[in-house]
Amino acid sequence: MDDIDRNIINSLQGNFPIEEHPYQIIADQLDISEDELLTRLETLLKDKTLTRFGPMYDIQKLGGSFSLCAIRVPSERFAQVTEIVNSFPEVAHNYERDHEFNMWYVLATESLAQINKTNQAIETKTELKVYNMPKLQEFFVGLHFKA
Amino acid sequence: MDDLDRKIITATQSGLPLVKEPYQAIARQLNIEPDLLKQRMRKMLEAGQIRRVGAVPNHYKLGYTANAMSVWNVPDEMITELGSQLGALSFVSHCYERPRFLPEWPYNLFAMIHGKSKEEVSEKVQQVLTLLGEHCAGYELLYSKQILKKTGLRLKDA
Repeated sequence: MDDIDRNIINSLQGNFPIEEHPYQIIADQLDISEDELLTRLETLLKDKTLTRFGPMYDIQKLGGSFSLCAIRVPSERFAQVTEIVNSFPEVAHNYERDHEFNMWYVLATESLAQINKTNQAIETKTELKVYNMPKLQEFFVGLHFKA
Repeated sequence: MDDLDRKIITATQSGLPLVKEPYQAIARQLNIEPDLLKQRMRKMLEAGQIRRVGAVPNHYKLGYTANAMSVWNVPDEMITELGSQLGALSFVSHCYERPRFLPEWPYNLFAMIHGKSKEEVSEKVQQVLTLLGEHCAGYELLYSKQILKKTGLRLKDA
């Protein structure tokens, strides 16, 4: 990663133009050619420096439903429970965290009823209690990582 | 959201094509006018249905390897005020109120804190402690150990 890549990452974390030639607009701002921007973006996505590029939808505002859920998984069952939880397509993210509450996953579904149904199914299959922690208030969501 | 919005979402949620005219490419695929596509996307952006258009960096690759979910126990009657102050800190990326589960889970305020080392995160936690002062009845840091699954949040094809 060189300075041009860093500039691309720092300037592309929002406000990508919805115009006919958006890459040209950004390339002009960065003082590189449109072709170079496209090639570098392709590389940054391929080597996973960028995980995604495009519109970020707020699924909740589109009528979907999200929830953060936690399970206290006994360490000897961790692999097995991971397999069960990850097998649900409704599970969008799943993280292991350094805590007694060691498994944290995000459900993304199209309704609240599906959140509850999925968690019930996970409880039945894992025989563990699911702590459903949907957001009650959102104070801030924003990500800007300086490369 | 109508059928066309849904089609636009399913066509773009995994990313924009890396071609010189990306919106024209999507419009062609959906068999609609490029101007209509752009108009709909701008409308969704204004309504907050699109949070932003841009790139999501893999923060681990950028050196942000210490990612703590910080959880705080603050009085319910103060949560809106304290949550807004916490969310305004530059190093906090997501900040929410969530339900407690007493007695085993007393925390109601969640904030993701990212740093390039655990020491950097600890310094930031000190800033939060100063901010919350006497209103903080307890907190914990839950560091991520491993990503077990990560797919985007997707809407299914209609």
